[in-house]
Amino acid sequence: MRNLLDAVNESLDRATDARYGPNGLNIVVATNRKASSACAEQVALQYGRGDNMSMPGVPIAVKDNIATLDMPTTCASRILAGYTSPYEATAITKLRASGAVVIAKTNMDEFAMGSSTETSAYGPTRNPIDPERTPGGSSGGSAAAVAAGITAIALGSETGGSVRQPAAFCGVVGIKPTYGRISRFGLVAFGSSLDQIGVCARTVREGAVATYAMSGRDPYDSTSADLPVPMSPPDVQAYRGKTLDGVTIGIPTEYFPPSLDPDVRARCDVAIEVLRGLGAKIVEVSLPHTSLAIPVYYIIAPAEASSNLARFDGVRYGPRAADTADLRAMYDATRSRGFGPEVQRRIMIGTYVLSHGYYDAYYKKAQSVRALITRDFSAVFATGVDALFTPTTPTPAFRLGAVTDPYEMYMSDIFTVTANLAGIPAISIPIGRVGGLPIGGQFLATHFDEPRMFHVAAALEAALGEEAHS
Amino acid sequence: MAVSETDVRKIADLARLSLVDQDVAAVTAQLNSILSHMDVLTKVNTSSVDLPTDADVDGAALRGDSVAPHPMNTTAPVLAPQSRDGFILVPRLATHEEL
Repeated sequence: MRNLLDAVNESLDRATDARYGPNGLNIVVATNRKASSACAEQVALQYGRGDNMSMPGVPIAVKDNIATLDMPTTCASRILAGYTSPYEATAITKLRASGAVVIAKTNMDEFAMGSSTETSAYGPTRNPIDPERTPGGSSGGSAAAVAAGITAIALGSETGGSVRQPAAFCGVVGIKPTYGRISRFGLVAFGSSLDQIGVCARTVREGAVATYAMSGRDPYDSTSADLPVPMSPPDVQAYRGKTLDGVTIGIPTEYFPPSLDPDVRARCDVAIEVLRGLGAKIVEVSLPHTSLAIPVYYIIAPAEASSNLARFDGVRYGPRAADTADLRAMYDATRSRGFGPEVQRRIMIGTYVLSHGYYDAYYKKAQSVRALITRDFSAVFATGVDALFTPTTPTPAFRLGAVTDPYEMYMSDIFTVTANLAGIPAISIPIGRVGGLPIGGQFLATHFDEPRMFHVAAALEAALGEEAHS
Repeated sequence: MAVSETDVRKIADLARLSLVDQDVAAVTAQLNSILSHMDVLTKVNTSSVDLPTDADVDGAALRGDSVAPHPMNTTAPVLAPQSRDGFILVPRLATHEEL
């Protein structure tokens, strides 16, 4: 029991260390030592009397867009400055019931809109591997929290790759579950047909434990699936030798374009040979609509965001602009001062593509192409492919401030948005480093087939061993 | 398809965002730069897609029609700084008439 409390206190010490707060790497945006300690003591009491818990006393960090009772939930936005939710996310409730202890809220791109954590109102997070570089985004703070050793588990959210991309940049595991696997009640909505709560973790097994602890039907989220939750995480000890006999892994040609960073390609090639060595059958496959994913995503996600973010108008949440002439002026002033440039840009795009006269040309067309992207995956999995393997990102972590063109930034999600559009599960794991910078490899599986996805990911993780981090 | 400065002013108005005059040209150029990448979709043949069919026609499952406690069923101080008789007190808005 002492060890349990010690682990939480050590994690709290790291979370409140100046290195990780606003003056350092800017990973953590809020802590509440009193509440976290009280929670840890309660868990110790329950665990001591024999309660069954899958994560007893495991300290976790939580992205700032997931509602918690004891710490603010601001989405790293001025428009929610100081806001504390009156209820907590179902995912948090379930994790606490599993024994986990929330010790910090983590930095993020404002309203999860960004790929570098640079759009945060708190300022950018720095990558613990190389502080001159971005940790990725939008869950950059969560990936960095795990990479910096603040916690073993950190929750993020995924709308277009916002867990997997930063996980790849920071050299940790990033999990995006199937759409509907985990309740979104208490996750501040961005793109409702895409959003999922995800997990950053040190290992596949630890990430799987947290994923399963949060999974299952929730009456407060009508999109949560009423399906059995697989409870057994992958058995790491089982992944020695030819553990992928009988498993077919597809390599989509569209994810290895000529423009792919040669270092990323080289590391992926090594990983593919390791998979082959484990007994997996490697087949080349095609997902022909992949190149259309970014245009589709950047129509659908802003469209849904423009609707979801309409609720932030100074009436119900956060600060309200003062000294305005009337109600309408108050709305406009609150939103213009509260939202940062990237959020305003996406609200404008979303408003435009949903407006009369343009809806069919943009939004409806994007939804139709999204169906084609989903069919691509269905067709490949129908041929007997168990999982797909791809790079997670086209490049390693880029330098802070290096990408200023919005569309160039959007392109860093090119290999991750497809899983969100199709609603399938995906995982990024470290597959090596080049010049000291981590490279991520991604597995994708069919809907609700997290067990197989974790199986192949854990097998590769075990086979790579220390090579994954060197 | 490109947006004009007039379009951008209209979009900002619909989105409840203030847009100062000196920013209109830059925002217009930026939106057009982004939207130009979307034009590729117009060339895609989507005739085989019937959205209602491709969508999950079963829809989302409804929860039972029964009374149950809800996490937000509270007037705790965290919801609002002031409450009275189970209702939240809100500031009087400038557009309200004096009662």
